[in-house]
Amino acid sequence: MTRPFELCGVPLRGRVLNGSGTFDAVAAHRAFGDELLEAFPFDAFVSKTITVEPREGNPPPRLWESPAGLINSIGLPNKGVAGFLREDLPRLGELPVPLVVSVMGFSRGELGALVAAAGERDEVEMLELNVSCPNVETGLVMGADPAETAAALEAVRPLTEKPLIVKLTPSATDPPAVAAAAEGVGADAISLVNTLRGMALDPRTRRPWLGAGTGGLSGPAIRPVALAQVAAVAERVRIPVIGMGGIASGRDAHDFLAAGADYVAVGTETFRDPTAGRRIASELNVISREERGFSEAAVT
Amino acid sequence: MSEPRTRAPFGRRLARVESKVELGAYALLTVADRAGPAGPRPGQFYMLAAAERWGGDGERPYLPRAFSYARVRPAGGVGDGAPDFGSTVDSGCMLEFLLEAVGPGTRRLAELEPGDAVWLTGPLGVGFRIGARPGVRRLLVGGGIGTAPIVCLSDDVGEGGEVLLGFRSGRHARAAELFGTPADLATDDGSVGRHALVTELLRERLDDGGSGTPEVYACGPPPMLEAVRAICAERDVGAQLALESGMACGFGACFGCVAPTRRGYVRLCVDGPVLDASDLDTALFAGAGH
Repeated sequence: MTRPFELCGVPLRGRVLNGSGTFDAVAAHRAFGDELLEAFPFDAFVSKTITVEPREGNPPPRLWESPAGLINSIGLPNKGVAGFLREDLPRLGELPVPLVVSVMGFSRGELGALVAAAGERDEVEMLELNVSCPNVETGLVMGADPAETAAALEAVRPLTEKPLIVKLTPSATDPPAVAAAAEGVGADAISLVNTLRGMALDPRTRRPWLGAGTGGLSGPAIRPVALAQVAAVAERVRIPVIGMGGIASGRDAHDFLAAGADYVAVGTETFRDPTAGRRIASELNVISREERGFSEAAVT
Repeated sequence: MSEPRTRAPFGRRLARVESKVELGAYALLTVADRAGPAGPRPGQFYMLAAAERWGGDGERPYLPRAFSYARVRPAGGVGDGAPDFGSTVDSGCMLEFLLEAVGPGTRRLAELEPGDAVWLTGPLGVGFRIGARPGVRRLLVGGGIGTAPIVCLSDDVGEGGEVLLGFRSGRHARAAELFGTPADLATDDGSVGRHALVTELLRERLDDGGSGTPEVYACGPPPMLEAVRAICAERDVGAQLALESGMACGFGACFGCVAPTRRGYVRLCVDGPVLDASDLDTALFAGAGH
C-alpha cells in the first residue's frame, strides 16, 4: 500500500481525477450497476459544471470526431444548483472517493452564490471554479484575464473554507499570469487545460456541423498544447497543479507529472475506455516504481 | 414494467471476431463476447472498436462506435476447459452486428477477419418494451442498417410479430435473410419486394382492419422513423422508436447523443436508444442518425 496523497488537505488514494464534464457517475451507475462503485476509476470525482439556473445545453449535433480528438459543444446542461443539490449531490456523496463540485457563474454574484451553496454541504470536499465563461457584467471571459480572475476569486474566497481549485481556460493570453493572480488571492489549486476552441464543417453543406457552431477540442490532439501550458503554470505557482489534456496512458500521465503537475485528470479517454482512469493509474504506478527502482539502484 | 436493460460489466473488454459474412451490401460480424452477459435486450447496443489501428496513430477512427446487436445466441462452452454442461456460469454470448462501411469506423470494422480482436462495452441503453399484454398486434418495422435490432426483437416476439422491412436495393435487402420469420419487403428501386417505402406497407397494415391493438416497433433512418411516428400518431397507435445519434461514450458521460423530446433533451445512450414515439415532436432532428 502506497501512502495516501493529499490534495489541498484532502487525502486521496492516488493521483488520477476525471476532468469536469467527462463522467456522469449517476448515469454510469445506471449502465454498469454497483461494479462502478466497487471499482471506481478515479481517486477524486469532479462533477459536471453546475450553474445557478438549469440549462438544457446546446442544440445537437454536439459531437464531431477529429483526428485523435473530439470536438464537443455540449453547453453545460445541468439541473441548476437547487436541482443538483437536491437530486444529484446525495448520490454523488455515496461515491467511494472525495467529491469536487465544479461551478460556473455568469457574474461574480452568481459564482458567490454557487460557492456558498455547494460549499456548505458536507458531501463536497472541494470546489472547482470553471472560469471559461463570459462575465455578463464586464463582457470579459473571467479566466482570460489575470485581474478579472483575481477579482472573481477575491469575491468568493471568503464564502467558503473549502479548497478552491481554479480551472484555467487555455484561451487566456497568458495562463501562468492568470494562475499566479489566482494564487495571489487564495486559490488552493490550479487545474488545466480546458478544451480548445475548434470547428468542423458538415462535409455535404460546408456549414458548421455543431449545433452551436463551434465547440471545444479534447483528446490526444491537444496533449502537446496542454503539456506546455501545464509546465508553464507549474513553474509559476506553488499551489498544486492538476494537469489534463489528452492523457490516454500512464506514460502520458507521467509526462504531465514530469512537467510539474501534482495530479492528473482523464477525460476523453474515458469515452473510449470507461475504466481508463484506473488503467492509467496502474500504468503510472508501474512507471513510478521502475523509476524509484532505478534511483535506488543509482544510490547503492 | 421494469426497464428493459441488461446491465453491462464495468469497462471495455476484448472479444474475438468469430466470423464475418458478406450479406449483400452489408457485413455480418459475429463476436464471441465470453465475458459479457448472456441476455442483452433487443434494442440495446454495444460500443465497438477494433483492438488494432483504432485511435493509436493519431487519425480516425478514434472513438468507439455504437451498434445495436442484430442477433444473439449462446456462446457455447466456457473457456479454460471449465465444464459448461449444466453450468450456471455465465459464459457470455455470440453477438452478431450488421455493418455497412460508410465511414472510417465502419470501414475499419468491416476489414476485421476471424481471430481479430475488438473492444466491446455493453450491453448499453434501454431496449424495446415488449409487454405480455393480450390482444396486441405487433408490427416490427426496419429500414436499411436499422433492421439490426428488429432481427432480435423478432426473435423475441416470435411468430406473432409482423415484420416489414425497407431497403434501398436488392443488395441491401439481403439483410432480410437474418429473420426467422418471413418478412414483407419494400425496396426503393423495386428490385425485391414492393417498389415502395416500408412506411407505405405499415400504413396498409394499420388500415387493413386486422384484429388486435396495434403496437409498432421501428428502427431505421430518421426520415423513416419520422414517417412511422406521424403515421402512428394520426391513428393513435403506440410506437417505440430506436433512434440513433453520434455517441462518444455510450454510457452517459459525454452528453453528446441528445434527442429533443417533449421533456427536453434526453441522452439516447442512457434514456434510449428506444424512445416512446409519444415523447417526440419529431424523429427528424439535427444530428439524428449520425
